[in-house]
Amino acid sequence: MADLRIERDVLIEAPVDVVWRTITEPDQITRWFADRVELELKPGGRGHLGFGEPGEHKGTAIVVETVDQPNRFAFRWKRPQDADPEPTNSVLVEFTLNARGPERTHLRVVESGLELVTWPDEEKQSYADDHNGGWAQCFDRLAMLFAR
Amino acid sequence: MRTEPDDQLWSAIAEPSRRRVLDLLVSGGEATASVLAEQVPFTRQAVSKHLVALEEAGLVSRRKQGRDVLFRVESSRLDQATRAMSDVATRWDRRLASIKGLAEAAHVEAKGRSRR
Repeated sequence: MADLRIERDVLIEAPVDVVWRTITEPDQITRWFADRVELELKPGGRGHLGFGEPGEHKGTAIVVETVDQPNRFAFRWKRPQDADPEPTNSVLVEFTLNARGPERTHLRVVESGLELVTWPDEEKQSYADDHNGGWAQCFDRLAMLFAR
Repeated sequence: MRTEPDDQLWSAIAEPSRRRVLDLLVSGGEATASVLAEQVPFTRQAVSKHLVALEEAGLVSRRKQGRDVLFRVESSRLDQATRAMSDVATRWDRRLASIKGLAEAAHVEAKGRSRR
């Protein structure tokens, strides 16, 4: 099955090693992603991303796939929390960092395997709430997202 | 894997030739399986299989007209899929913007320290 993927990128005015630390160090990750982060930064390393209040137990197990400092970092994650993330049940997140000079970094993220996600009810609700974004009604938009 | 409606929706649109069939229905409106098969490089049987999968995912519906069976897109369901994908993309845009802000602030701070 071909996978559903989303690709996004950004140009950052900082050296590649600074960006690397921002996306791989747990106390940095909590500032842009999950509320609680446990991470063993090596291929095959286990971890956990927690969301919401500590008592809510909302989160996802992760398994690190690639650690190629400072250029590539990839992990699998999955909602909800039960089984270990595997290629057949989880979504792959891949970060690629490229130095564009001593103080500039191109950062790309690709999230693939989205068709494997079982979307929780609250997220379905948030899609409904997000409707004011003016998303196009036609398939072109969907195709464009896939093609990026 | 659970076979809830939304899993079906994702698997239905994840397959490229199924997306091609869906795309034809979006751009061309209602059509029979035979008419669709003329516009794609795979067989009428394959088109029919894709239509059944799309129908099970709620993306396509059928009605009879004389001896023909016409298929059409269920646009509200397609909107739902589009919004879901767009939302995933928007989340990453927000996260990347945060990463950018954090890394740039850390860099400015480090430069300030080294100048002192």
